[in-house]
Amino acid sequence: MKNPTDFDFHDLQALLRFGHGQLTESCFMLLNIADPAAAKEWLRRAPVSSAKAVSPIPTTALQIAFSVEGLRVLGVREEVLAGFSDEFIVGMTGDESRSRRLGDTGKNSPEYWQWGSDPSQVPHLVLLLYAQKDGMTAWRETIENDRFAAAFQLVRVLPTDDLEDIEPFGFTDGLSQPSIDWEARQSTDLHDCDRYSNRLAVGELVLGYPNEYGLYTTRPLIDPHEDESAALLPGAEDNPSLKDFGRNGSYLVIRQLHQDVPGFWQYVDREAGFVPAKREQLAASMVGRKRNGTPLGPFVAENIPGIAQNDPVNNFTYEDDPAGHKCPIGAHIRRANPRTGDFPPGVTGFISRFIKMFGFGQRRPDEDLIASSRFHRLLRRGRNYGPILPPEEAIKPDAPEAERGLQFVVLVANISRQFEFVQNAWLVGTAFGGVQHERDPLLGGREPLPDGGTADSFTRPDPAGPRQKSCQLPQFVTVGGGGYFFMPGLRALQYIAASSLTGSDKSS
Amino acid sequence: MMPQSTFMISAVIRQGQMETLRALLRTMNEGVGHADPRNSLIPFGRFDRLHVARLVILEARTADEIKAYGLEPYAWRPTLVFLGDFDGERDSFLAELAGLAGPGLVKIFSCCEGFADNPGQLLQWLKEHDIRPKANYINWIGRTVRQVHEEDALHQSLAACLPGIIDAVGRENCRALRQKLLSHVELEKQAGRLSLTAPEPTPMGWKIRNLLHKLGIPLILLLVSPLFLLGSPIFFWRLRQLERSDPDFFIRPDRDHIQELSVQEDRDVSNQFNVFGDVKPGLFRLLTLKVLLLLLDYSARHVYNRGFLTRIRTIHFARWVLMDNNRRIYFASNYDGSHEAYMDDFINKVAWGLNLVFSNGVGYPPTRWLVKGGAEQEQKYKYTLRRHQLPSEVWYKAYPGLTAYDLSRNSRIRQGMEIRQESDAEIREWLSLI
Repeated sequence: MKNPTDFDFHDLQALLRFGHGQLTESCFMLLNIADPAAAKEWLRRAPVSSAKAVSPIPTTALQIAFSVEGLRVLGVREEVLAGFSDEFIVGMTGDESRSRRLGDTGKNSPEYWQWGSDPSQVPHLVLLLYAQKDGMTAWRETIENDRFAAAFQLVRVLPTDDLEDIEPFGFTDGLSQPSIDWEARQSTDLHDCDRYSNRLAVGELVLGYPNEYGLYTTRPLIDPHEDESAALLPGAEDNPSLKDFGRNGSYLVIRQLHQDVPGFWQYVDREAGFVPAKREQLAASMVGRKRNGTPLGPFVAENIPGIAQNDPVNNFTYEDDPAGHKCPIGAHIRRANPRTGDFPPGVTGFISRFIKMFGFGQRRPDEDLIASSRFHRLLRRGRNYGPILPPEEAIKPDAPEAERGLQFVVLVANISRQFEFVQNAWLVGTAFGGVQHERDPLLGGREPLPDGGTADSFTRPDPAGPRQKSCQLPQFVTVGGGGYFFMPGLRALQYIAASSLTGSDKSS
Repeated sequence: MMPQSTFMISAVIRQGQMETLRALLRTMNEGVGHADPRNSLIPFGRFDRLHVARLVILEARTADEIKAYGLEPYAWRPTLVFLGDFDGERDSFLAELAGLAGPGLVKIFSCCEGFADNPGQLLQWLKEHDIRPKANYINWIGRTVRQVHEEDALHQSLAACLPGIIDAVGRENCRALRQKLLSHVELEKQAGRLSLTAPEPTPMGWKIRNLLHKLGIPLILLLVSPLFLLGSPIFFWRLRQLERSDPDFFIRPDRDHIQELSVQEDRDVSNQFNVFGDVKPGLFRLLTLKVLLLLLDYSARHVYNRGFLTRIRTIHFARWVLMDNNRRIYFASNYDGSHEAYMDDFINKVAWGLNLVFSNGVGYPPTRWLVKGGAEQEQKYKYTLRRHQLPSEVWYKAYPGLTAYDLSRNSRIRQGMEIRQESDAEIREWLSLI
């Protein structure tokens, strides 16, 4: 048990604890390093925001993350880089098999991306700037000083706009987040987590702490005898003789997702026979929430750990809706977080647990098809972009076209078990929870399966019997770019800024 | 009911023939590692009772791990294995294989030791090189390839005509919907577009052998149980001793190796999986493994033969084979979903079951009391499995696009049609499956 104030928040970048919701202006800058020495000089003094709570709330914030190439250019040794996960080292687009797993095929194929389409196109670092309304210009001037200009070359600024928590399709967004268990109050034992809990071990999001298996995720550990500059790094909890380069850091996954808002509402409107109430209903079924955020999944009477009992938008699971009559199995938020525990519902004691453990006592043929949620959670920090287009406007044939979408940003400690699993098995998987011929109704691609089977429908189970089926869904969301980055702890950032450039010469 | 059988032809590859063989096997594929059902060497699609099949080159890529026990790696020559699962008796299937794919098999096995001498006796040679698994798992004993295809066609036909019927009678009137669907099926059957063949009678010989096995094994276990009880303190003392002293491996798999494996994966809803490694040295581990495989085989045959292996519902076929004079174990499975999902299922749902068997293999994460620990050490476990995994040169599945759960749903659709459904609730449930 730890006291929350004991947590090393001052070494953690703020984004892991705060979404900077009050800083409504944001600017995501993709940068390449033009002059490594100048870049390190700038990084040493960069006003990176820490997670330590201060009052009053700061009016600006800055977070920094690096791609593997960025770390390399800054002189981080190959032996150190080798301690990162393969996903990070290879990159989001370095491997055709990964693209296939992530659904980055067809229209989503990296060859069409505007940035990050191959490893050499991934920017060296990403700067996330946040400011209060009308404060961004001044904040950017502060950040982009002379040294910055010498150090970096701006690759691209990812557009973001303040849509007031409504994502471009018109739904209230950012409602469900894991509640990070900073005090390590909850057991991660495989025998103690039968039911869904929204509380998540710190190690699922931050490297250097126990994850949901009670273990430490692989990350670069450095022997301070071999590398003196590592002395400033925190020690590794699981290996006290080594310094932990990963500790208080996290992987930051970015994907730029273009949303075809008129396309979505026009399809839904047509499918609903041009009846507004039915249109809202179908759209809500596809999302799993009404536009105001009210979930379709049934509220639960008992308390879900990590969720306030009176929380009107999160106090639900799908335990009492196994057939999907209230919220379709394939609905977006049910796929993205099925709110499952380690066991299917019905484990009440030792005997029922024993029976279920051996696979018996199934209440329904489709029970236990979905993995336990706690190993596959994401901390979402994305921002939307594009002009607001209400559904009533979007359905008109002359609805104004515009660039709209989401700069999808998530933080995880294990890219493959968290982000890639959710994307692959849950969102683009055509067999999720026993569904057939469908991917995520919002963000799935619609490519047919290799055997020729279609994957472009969406079904709503119906208590009357036959499922209501919508066919030939167009693709509403297209990937426009993306990459895997490492967001270091603040001491690790100082280590990067201090690493000798000759190190990179030696290894290259 | 027609029971399923397995075959696994194993032959050492001749010196210098490896690349020729790989190139030859590649000609059988239409995608990376995925067989063209009409390939000219083994036209898998023409075997209407073959569920899955694969050709794998077993190489001892992790042989050096045994050095941690102070032993020199056992010599191993790369070996070609050709394995599959099918309906009916082994002998008749091997004969069919030799008949329909004779020239292709001759070509393939000519790259192997001891074949060139007598290509005329292919069938005899196949039988001599067939290795039986020590444990075998079948998702649903008795479900034939024909049944899978017929029930899938039934589901598709029902799904295609349901919307029209709903338009005609509305979605609320479930009895009328059912009636119309049943008439539709009757018409389709008469037109020869659908067929639903009745299950064949269970072969008497199989029935008797199965019953003897079902009763015999527990009887033998019962008889030796006093001995085991007496010996158990020593057993567990020795087990704990070994578990504490076993070397702990935390070796990250090579990125090129993972690349070679993943390039074959996620091209269908199902994937293939091979792992090959050494059994831990010593008689104790070998005997433990043999007993556990016997129990596993027994439970797969008599308990877990209806769509689930404990909590795992994604495995179509799996087998555990001891090779090289019991010094090595080979595991092969056909599963639904991604590799990552498969691993996570293992870790989160049946770590204990996996530990029982695989903790007797070199390189497995340390266990306690055979069931604790092991796979629960997520990263170590994933590393070790990937390290010991081998690609399939050629893999065939007779029903791409269908998961094990899809197969069981299709069977439920058929059953719901063939039985009389009394209540509206039952009918609605049935309609919801279509």
